[in-house]
Amino acid sequence: MTESLTTQSLLLDRITHRYGSSLAVDDVTLDITGGELVALLGPSGCGKTTLLRIIAGFINQGEGSVIIGGKAIDHLPPHRRTIGIVFQNYALFPHMTVADNVAYGLAARGTDRATQSARVGEMLDLVKLSAMADRYPRQLSGGQQQRIALARALAVRPSILLLDEPFAALDKNLRLDMQIEIKRIQRMAGTTTIIVTHDQEEALSMADRVAVLSHGRLEQFAAATEVYDKPQSYFVNTFVGASNVLTGKLMDVNGMEGTVSLPGGGQWQGQLVGALNRGAMVRICIRPEHLAFSADADALPGKIEIGLPLGATIVHEVRLTGGASLKVAGPRAMGALALPPGSDIAVKPAISGAVRIYPEI
Amino acid sequence: MRSAPVTAYDLKLALPLAGFFALFFVAPLLILILVSFYTDTSLTQFGLAQYARFLLDPFSLSVLVSTLWLGVKVTLLCLLLGFPLAWTFVRSPRLAQGVLMLIIVLPLLTSVVVRTFAWIVILGRQGIVNNLLLSLGLADTPLRLLYTDGGVVVALAQVQMPLMVLPLITALSRIDPNLRDASSALGAGAWRSFVKVILPLTLPGIMAGCLLTFAAAITAFITQSLVGGGQMLFMPMYLYQQSSTLSNWPFAAAISIIFLVAVLGAVTLFNLLGRLSRGYAQG
Repeated sequence: MTESLTTQSLLLDRITHRYGSSLAVDDVTLDITGGELVALLGPSGCGKTTLLRIIAGFINQGEGSVIIGGKAIDHLPPHRRTIGIVFQNYALFPHMTVADNVAYGLAARGTDRATQSARVGEMLDLVKLSAMADRYPRQLSGGQQQRIALARALAVRPSILLLDEPFAALDKNLRLDMQIEIKRIQRMAGTTTIIVTHDQEEALSMADRVAVLSHGRLEQFAAATEVYDKPQSYFVNTFVGASNVLTGKLMDVNGMEGTVSLPGGGQWQGQLVGALNRGAMVRICIRPEHLAFSADADALPGKIEIGLPLGATIVHEVRLTGGASLKVAGPRAMGALALPPGSDIAVKPAISGAVRIYPEI
Repeated sequence: MRSAPVTAYDLKLALPLAGFFALFFVAPLLILILVSFYTDTSLTQFGLAQYARFLLDPFSLSVLVSTLWLGVKVTLLCLLLGFPLAWTFVRSPRLAQGVLMLIIVLPLLTSVVVRTFAWIVILGRQGIVNNLLLSLGLADTPLRLLYTDGGVVVALAQVQMPLMVLPLITALSRIDPNLRDASSALGAGAWRSFVKVILPLTLPGIMAGCLLTFAAAITAFITQSLVGGGQMLFMPMYLYQQSSTLSNWPFAAAISIIFLVAVLGAVTLFNLLGRLSRGYAQG
C-alpha cells in the first residue's frame, strides 16, 4: 500500500455550543496528535455527536476553535474541510454503484478519470471489496456497506476521519470483525481518526485515547487503560466498566489516600479523587474484579445471594451484613462451581489502590 | 420484511369495486369506442370516417397539438415553481410545515370554479395586476392578460400546483438528510450535491408530479374555457361543442378516443425518457 501519510493533528480549543438555551458542548478542549485514534465516549445527549458535527462543519460552534494541522478551519464550509465521515447508517448514495460512490469525492475535487479509477481500485483493495465495484449499495451486506463508506471517506485522503457510531447497526459477531478491520485500515492509512460511540467496550478496545463526555463536559481524556484504571470522576468510574458503589464517611485523610468507614462496620483504604475533607460523606467505587473473598479481620462479612459462572470468570452477588450488595468477580478455575446461595463469606479489596473515593453529590 | 403478495388476499373482496369499474368505466369506454366508428350522426353506418375527418383536418389537429403543448407549458411552470416550494417545505420546522401544507392544499379545498373566477378578477382589464402596473407607471394602458395563452398557463399552474408539490414533498422527505451531509463532506458544493444526489433521488416524485399535472392541465375544461375565453379552443371544449351543441356524437367520440391515445402516447414517451435518464433500477 502506497499511502502517503497525511497525518494531521486536531485541536479542539475551548469549544462551547448551545442549542437554544441548552448547553450541548461546554468548554471542551481536546488535543489530538496526528495519526491517533480517539474515541468520544458518552451516553446519548452528552454532546459527542454535536462535537463531531462541529468538526465536520455541519454546525458552527458558538465559541472556540477547530484547528487542524495548526490552522483554524472555523470559517470553512464542510466541503472545503477535507474531513472524511462514515455515518451511522453509512449514507451511501443509493443510485450510484460502489465504484461511483468511492469516486464521488474525487470527482467533486475535479480529479481526472484515470486517477479516479486508479484511486478507487486502490481503496477497494484496501477494504477488500474489489469484486463489488459494479454493485449497488442495496446489494451489499451491512458490513460491506460500512467498508464502502470507509473507502469513500478515505479516497480523498482526508486530514481527519470521523466515524459516527460506526458499529451500532452491525450484529455482534460482525462488530468485532469490523472493529479489527477499521483499526487495521486506520493504521495503514495513518489518518487521525475520531470515533463517536456510546459503547464503552468499543471505545476501550479501539481507541488510543478515550475522551469521556457527560452533559457536554469533558470528564476525562486519557489512554483507554487509564480511563478504566484511574477514572477521574464518579461519572467515568460508573459509566466505563462495572462498578460497585458504597457510601461511607471519610475518617482519615493522608495525602491522596483516605480511610472510609462503611455503614455496616469496617474500614477501607482508598484513593481520593478531588479535594475531600475528613468527616465528609463520600461515595466509594470498586470494580467487581478488584474484590476478593478473604478471611482477614478487615474483610466485610456477608452472604452469597447468587453465583454466576460465566465461562472464564465467575461473578458472585454478595449481600453484606451492613445491607449493601456487591458484585465480586474473579477468574474461574477448571471445574470450579459457584458458591451456593446463603454461604457465609467476607470480602475485601484484593488490590491496594483499587478503591476510589468521590465526594457525595 | 417482505409483505404478503397482493394476490394472497381473497380476490372475492375486490369484486364490488371491480363490478363498479366494469359498469361505470369499462362499459362507457366501450360504448364510446363503438360510437366513434359510426360514420353518420344517426348511428346507422360503420366506418372510419370520423377518424379520417379529424386526422385530415388541420384545424382539429391544431387543437390537439395546442392542448398537448398547453399541458407541457403548465407542467414545466408547475415544476419550476413547485420544486422550490417543496424544498422549502421539507426544510421548514414542523410548525411552519403545518402552515405551508395548508397553503399548498388550499387549492384542492376550494371549488375549481371559484379559483378560476379569482383568476379572472386578478387578470382582468380592471384586475389587480393591471391596476398595479398602471399605478406604478409600468404600463400606460391596461394589458390584455385574460383570454391569453399566458393567462391560461398561469391560472392552470396555480390550480394544479398541489398535484406537483405533494409528490415532490414525498420524494424529497424520503431522502436521507445524511446523504447531503455526506456529499458536502466529500467536497461537493451545494449545486453539485443537488444535481448529483438530490435531483436523481427526487426523480420518481418529479415523474409522478409531472404526469398528474399534465393530465389535469389538458383536461381542465372549466379553467381552460373561462380564462381562455372564446378564441382559444382546447380538446375538452372542442369535444363538448361537438357532443352537446352540435349533437355530433360519433365525431365527439372519435375526438375522445384520439385525445386518449395521444395522451397515453405522451405519457409513455415521458416515462421512457424518465427511465433512460434515471439510469438505475428502483429496488
